[in-house]
Amino acid sequence: MKYLSEYRNLEATKSYLKLIENTITKPWKIMEICGGQTHGLVKNGILDLLPEKAQMIHGPGCPVCVTPLNLIDKAIELLGNDVIVCSFGDMIRVPGSKKSLLEAKAEGGDLRILYSPIDAVKIAKNNPDKEVVFFAVGFETTAPANALSVLHAQKEGVKNYSILVSHVLVPPAMEAILDDEFCNIDAFLGAGHVCAIMGFKEYHPLAEKYKIPIIITGFEPLDLVQGIYMAVNQLEKGIFKVENQYARVVKKEGNLAAKKVIQTIFEIGNREWRGIGEIPNSGYKLKKEFEAFDAELKFGISNIKVPENIDCIAGEILKGIKKPHQCSQFGKTCTPQNPLGAPMVSSEGACAAYYHFSDNLITS
Amino acid sequence: MDAKNLGFDTINLGHGSGGTMTRDLLDKIIFKTFDNPYLNQKHDGSIVKFNSKIAISTDSFVISPIFFKGGNIGELAVNGTVNDVAMCGAIPKYLSLAFIVEEGLKIDEFIKIVNSIKSAADKSGVQIITGDTKVVERGKGDKIFINTTGFGEVHPKANISTNNIKAGDKIIVNGLVAQHGMAIMSQREGLEFESTIESDTTNVNFLVNDLLDEFGNEIHLFRDPTRGGLASVLSEISQDINKGITIYEDKIPLEKQVAAACEILGLDPLYVANEGLFISIVDAKVADDVVELMRKDTKGKNTACIGEITNEHPNKVVMHSIIGGKRIVSPLIGEQLPRIC
Repeated sequence: MKYLSEYRNLEATKSYLKLIENTITKPWKIMEICGGQTHGLVKNGILDLLPEKAQMIHGPGCPVCVTPLNLIDKAIELLGNDVIVCSFGDMIRVPGSKKSLLEAKAEGGDLRILYSPIDAVKIAKNNPDKEVVFFAVGFETTAPANALSVLHAQKEGVKNYSILVSHVLVPPAMEAILDDEFCNIDAFLGAGHVCAIMGFKEYHPLAEKYKIPIIITGFEPLDLVQGIYMAVNQLEKGIFKVENQYARVVKKEGNLAAKKVIQTIFEIGNREWRGIGEIPNSGYKLKKEFEAFDAELKFGISNIKVPENIDCIAGEILKGIKKPHQCSQFGKTCTPQNPLGAPMVSSEGACAAYYHFSDNLITS
Repeated sequence: MDAKNLGFDTINLGHGSGGTMTRDLLDKIIFKTFDNPYLNQKHDGSIVKFNSKIAISTDSFVISPIFFKGGNIGELAVNGTVNDVAMCGAIPKYLSLAFIVEEGLKIDEFIKIVNSIKSAADKSGVQIITGDTKVVERGKGDKIFINTTGFGEVHPKANISTNNIKAGDKIIVNGLVAQHGMAIMSQREGLEFESTIESDTTNVNFLVNDLLDEFGNEIHLFRDPTRGGLASVLSEISQDINKGITIYEDKIPLEKQVAAACEILGLDPLYVANEGLFISIVDAKVADDVVELMRKDTKGKNTACIGEITNEHPNKVVMHSIIGGKRIVSPLIGEQLPRIC
């Protein structure tokens, strides 16, 4: 807990807030990429402590939020076909086109909530007469463990295990946001945990091409205000480069062992993002030699396609064009109890963060 | 009570049939363990006398796993209902006890649970005066479900009501938050992690009684934040009284290991279940004395004043964060789910 108490220190946080206030002269829009950072900002009340000129825009870095609707429907389809579906916890309440995984479980589906995909391989071993699928969603952060589960299953000869892959990558999403005609982002706080795996070499060309500061940032209050200060400092000086605020965790080259595991089983391919659409080369898919572990192929469900809910502006939220409370459905027809889209469900979703922790709902 | 020499190893459907097997189970285990004049009449119900207004509370217990660090479903079923009666400002006297057992439950597990019920009942000074045992087919239950209903005499000085709460009242908790929920979480399938976190299940009726003896109607409300945690109960109270509640993150008693487990699992301790924890909302002028009295009791040694009632932000709970920010504390919706990363 030492690292936590140090980075939740009142005096240190205050001193960085003061630095931001003393440095900022113009209004700047800074996007924090990761949903964990959004929650850190809202949960600790940081948004209200920042000077008005430092405006935070909430990014697309919530793995639950960007998982396309049809993937959820595919998982539900599997549940209905006597397959044991294993998932990370916050995926299960996200609505598919007709229902959520949690509702499918109530109807009799065998859904297991796990912290580690390796446990799903254990379940497969213990249930040799059943098929077991792990719902492999997430950014670069969850990819190594998901990849490892496949290698583990292969090594142990577990044939009744496969993964339903919906892995997305951060840098292509940042590029898609910057290319959007409505984009007004001045700087990024890069997602610390993604960079802990991948390193941050690939961010240099982005900073260069779009002339935008990128600060790899952590998740605790002190991390966040320090990251914001570093961004403001660059913006005020008119420079744009990659800086690493989260150096206690993130190394330039990332975690080499984890990257190797990813590269063993995954290759880069096009991916659909919920609310944003297909982004070229923005995700992982299983390599040909691991096709036997691809649940979509194994169960012939790759043709399931469903349209997005037109009342939900998740795409604009995820690209930072609109804030949650600017959505006409926010807190009215769309609540965590009855969500229209994923950002209202996930614990990292921007809409859920605003709904649970911030004053916007009360005053609206 | 010993599982040996009973003539059966597991509970089966016959034990809930109402016939001789049921009688056998009751005679050899239930009546023998709880032996008291009310139960010994072996009637369909019991007749009891009260000297004052009575408080009644019922609760069903379906926890899984049934044995966990710091307790089991049996003592939970006693303490939970005893505490609910105490929260009404009453002194719990009697309990009803009803089992729904899934066939196949090992008799030694059943006896262990029954013995825990007896011991918890003795510790909180209540008697089991009526009960029921049903057995359901395998797959139709989850080992054992228990329902208890508690009856208590309202303390002569008690005046517990949300109507009495006013701005300025202080909010006091008697101990560490999130202990029970994290103890259970540490043993669930797929989440097992090494820890020494124990459930805080215990009876708090004597401490409540002492508080009422000493402070009477200066105590405006008791409430135990079990499921949904501290956040949900405080939100409910603020909505019930149409006033605001302010709490301070740095004042909330949280054990280091529990805090770390919550961090790792992505859970907010404010929403994690408690069992031996209760909130007292008291007049500000007695708050310090209440804290002092509670800290002298073993069930209140970590007592802390965590916040107050305010006329600002009605119907909302606002928490001042450690770093000086503010956030809304909203009630729990559905179950708290672990995060992806």
